[in-house]
This record gives sequence, C-alpha cells and structure tokens, in this order.
Amino acid sequence: MPPADAADAAAEPRFLAAGDTALVVEFGTVVDRAINRRVTSLGRALRDADLAGIVDLVPTFRSLMVHFDPTVIRRAEIEERVTALLPDLSEEGGTGRLWRVPTLYGGEYGPDLQDVAERTGLSPERVVEIHAGGTYECYMMGFMPGLGYLGILPDELALPRRTEPRVRVPGGSVSIATNLTNIYTKESPGGWHLLGRTPIELFDLRRDEPILLNAGDSVQFYEIDEATYREMRARADEGDPVIEPQDAGAVS
Amino acid sequence: MTGLRVVNAGFAPTIQDLGRPHVQHLGVPPSGALDPVALAIANALVGNEAGAAALELRVMGPTLEVEAESVRVALVGTVAALEVQGERGGPVEANRSVRFSRGTKFRIGGLSDTGVAYLAVEGGIDVPEVYGSRATYTRSHIGGIDGRAVRDGDLLPVALNAVGERSEMKCADLDWAKAQGPIRVVLGPQDDFFSAESIAGLFSQTYTCTREADRMGIRLDGPALEHVKGHDIVSDGIVTGAIQVPGNGMPILLLADHQTTGGYPKVGTVISADIPRLGRMRPGDEIRFEEITVEAAEAARADLEAAVARVIDRFERAGAWLDEAALYRENLVSGVVGPMD
Repeated sequence: MPPADAADAAAEPRFLAAGDTALVVEFGTVVDRAINRRVTSLGRALRDADLAGIVDLVPTFRSLMVHFDPTVIRRAEIEERVTALLPDLSEEGGTGRLWRVPTLYGGEYGPDLQDVAERTGLSPERVVEIHAGGTYECYMMGFMPGLGYLGILPDELALPRRTEPRVRVPGGSVSIATNLTNIYTKESPGGWHLLGRTPIELFDLRRDEPILLNAGDSVQFYEIDEATYREMRARADEGDPVIEPQDAGAVS
Repeated sequence: MTGLRVVNAGFAPTIQDLGRPHVQHLGVPPSGALDPVALAIANALVGNEAGAAALELRVMGPTLEVEAESVRVALVGTVAALEVQGERGGPVEANRSVRFSRGTKFRIGGLSDTGVAYLAVEGGIDVPEVYGSRATYTRSHIGGIDGRAVRDGDLLPVALNAVGERSEMKCADLDWAKAQGPIRVVLGPQDDFFSAESIAGLFSQTYTCTREADRMGIRLDGPALEHVKGHDIVSDGIVTGAIQVPGNGMPILLLADHQTTGGYPKVGTVISADIPRLGRMRPGDEIRFEEITVEAAEAARADLEAAVARVIDRFERAGAWLDEAALYRENLVSGVVGPMD
C-alpha cells in the first residue's frame, strides 16, 4: 500500500461520477486515519442534513459514496450541499460506539497465530498482547454484511495477505492483513491471517439490529479462555448479542 | 398458511422486491429485482404497489398450485405462457392478470426470450422483511424464504387468502421490453485508470454476455481494457451498474447483488434507465456502449419513469379466462351438470 501523502489529507475532495444514482466524494487514494475521519465526518453531516432523495451514505477508507434517487434529487444539488459542509468537517476520532470483542486466540481457533509469530519474530503471547492492546477504528464496512475494516494495526504485526487464500474461513474469525484487522461475520473464502475467534455473532438476523458494527465505531479485543468461549457461544446461539457497546467518548 | 405451493421450482427462482439499498453502509448488498420495470408492470396488473414482493424467474419457470381460496397473478417480461394443467387447462398468455381458485395448477416453461421475468401475486408474497425488504440475497442468506432460492415443496405465502372478482387487465404495449440501441454509460469513477484507446474501444466495439452471469453480475467478453495505473485501488463504494475491470481487462457489469465496496477500478457506470435491460440480458447477447453525461442520464431516468407510468395507464381490459377447474368443481358440487356432460 502506498504511503499516505500528507498533502492528500488536506486537499479538497474530488467529485467522481458513479452514474446517475451515486456520487463519489474522494478525499484521498490511500488508507489514512485523517482522510477516513473526514469521510465519516461528511457522512454524519449529510445524514444530519436529512436531504430528501439520499438513499444511503457509504463511507470507505478514503471516499464517501452518496447513493441517491435521481427522481428526487440530482447530483448537482448534492455537490452543492457537500461543498457547503466541507469547511466544518472534523478529523476527531472516537465519535462512534466502542465495542469490546472477546476473542479466543490461537489453537484451532487461530490457526495462523504461530505462523504470524514466526514471520514477525515475536512470541505468540506477544502477538496476542499487541493485537489485544490496540484500539481500532472501523474505517468502513464491506466485503460481506457486518464486516468492518479496523485499523490501524501496529507496524510490528503488519503482514501481506496469505499467498494461498483459504476456501473456508470460519465465521467469527479474528484476522489481520496489511495494517488492518477484521472479524469475518460468516464463513467465507479469505486471505487474511487468523489469530483467533470470537464467540459473538456480529450479524444475526434474529436481532432487531442484526448488524453490530458501523463505520466510525471503535473496537478493542480482549482474550478469553475456552470455557468462556463456550459459555458465550451458547448464549450467542440463542440470539443473545452477548456484548454491549459503550458510548462515544469512552475511547481516549 | 395459504399461498402458492411449489410443485416444481424450475430454475431456482427468488423472491424479490425493490431491495434494501439503504443499508449498503453496513455491507449489505441492495438486492431486489434485476428488472424493476417488469416487476412494476407485473405488480400493477394485479393491483399492487410497484415494489411488492414477487417471484423473479430465470431460465426455467416453476409449476405452482393454488393453496388459497383464490389468487390473482400476472407473469410479465416474457412471451412464455402460464400453462394451466389438467384436462380442462390451457395456456394463459403473459402480460395479463388472471384469477385462479384453489387447486389450480399452472406451469411456466422455459424463458427463451429474456434473462428474467416476474410472477406477481395480488397482495404480494408475504415473507418477513429484513431491513425493510423481502428481497432474497442468497450469499448471506438474507430475505425470501430462509434466505435461499425457492425450491420444490415450498409454500409461497400470499398476503391475501382470497381476491375479489373484477375485470382482468392486460399490458398490450410491450415496447418497453424491446428497447434496442446501445447501453448508455457515464464514465467514472476510475476512468483515469484506463488508456484513452481502451475507453474509445469500450464505446466502439461490441461486447458479448458470457455464461458467467448471476444476480451479482455479468462477465463480458470483448476487447480487453488496458489499465494504466494498475488494477488495484484502495476500496471504495460500488453502485449497481458499475463496470468493474479486474486485472484481465475484461469488464464485469455489476447487478443488484453486488458487493457494497470493492478494490477494482470501475471505468464507468450503466445509467439507471438502462439497468433493467441488463437484467434481461442472456448469455450470448451482444452489448454496445454509448457515453452520455450525468445530466443526460438523469433525463433518461425521468423519461423511463414517465414511459412506465404511461404503459400502466394504458392497460386494457383482458378477455375472460375461464377458470375451468373452478367451474368444473362447482358444477360437480352443485350438481347442475354431471361430470360426464
């Protein structure tokens, strides 16, 4: 991944066409905390503006996609509104909720922990300590329902994706790749390194709010033992979300 | 429970409405009908709102049996007929409404003329909503019946156990389904990742729909596009109609079940007025693209909405289709005429 360009974050965003039902507001082309905070800040401001015809606001690492209904609002009007909001965008973090995610590291639940330790020159215990020691921001959702891309992972743990992606990664897998970490919500193919597994369901249609995470939230991981995993897993199987978020501001 | 019993599912039909485009920020694809125009017309024929949940058919239709007092259905988007089974059955043409009573069994055969068609039911198909929509997204098991395609033995629950008698309607104007000419495209968001020659080629050459096609997208075959800034981008948003170009240079048209974000450059976006035509594409169909501006695309969408409203406005009364099965049974019950008459 190319390094963040300092000028990139400060520059005015570019408006990129995505047909007649979406507009991309591009703040940069790289993964960068300041860029992403401007993206989520614009998303919040537009949501608060509550414009008729805005269908959805999808933040990504470095851009905001504004989905709209062209029979209600047109692109030119959205551009005007966005431009008016730009001076007030914030680069403050910690505005979302904080989720503390229980994780059973290593063994069959984290089959790549040993390999990650060897490749980073750290002990498995130290890998867990570093991973569980961080507070990660959810930069964006994507790839599958409820999956958040969380960063930034300390450089000591940064590794490229696996050269041989797995055909089946179990749901709940806590994984890392490049300078990011994530939680696979459901079983799927995947190329990230699996450090452990959480017993909680980040996406469960039985709940009123099926998906827990949202862009702008923060995530911390904490280590649990196998007995706790089984106990929490039994509750999750019953539809219990098991964890509750703390409010904005809980993150220093 | 009352509804339509699936005697034979045909080719994995799915329950679709207008989807859930408002939760893409959670990573949930929009889903919904590949051809929202045909869905709207089918629904209008049976007196529903444009976005009521209906059955989306591909390749080969199902055989269904009425397990309600009566239902009103309409098949739209194909020339295939509803073939009412049994001695006194017969074909009921597409693009009209028809009322069937309990026990009527009907079959929809192969869809030789379109990629997608809709069977709407008065009152709509009544499965639980997920994020405000009944649309099926099979990859993540969302919506429809247990998040999967319809299969043999299912009961498609209908909201109404009986529908009143009234004039049946037909859609005589089918020009909307025959739209020809190039598929219109707005360049971007990543057109600057491609050589000028490649983009010129996109708008002058012919592409072909391959068999690698599903509700997520259609892989095209034709002149490869040349990337000039690599074929990886830091993920950004995806909209239905995006023309994504992975490393091999072969464009993929992204449809309703597309992922919400992705890391391949998108050279352009098919305009919303032409998305229904993409849904109707079949393997082997040829596509030519034409570049237009966002403003022209917005106008084209307004034109399409007006055209669909006009089509619905001009529905005509359909001739009676005698529900022979019901007549037969009533006669048996009432004893007015004997079964051997």
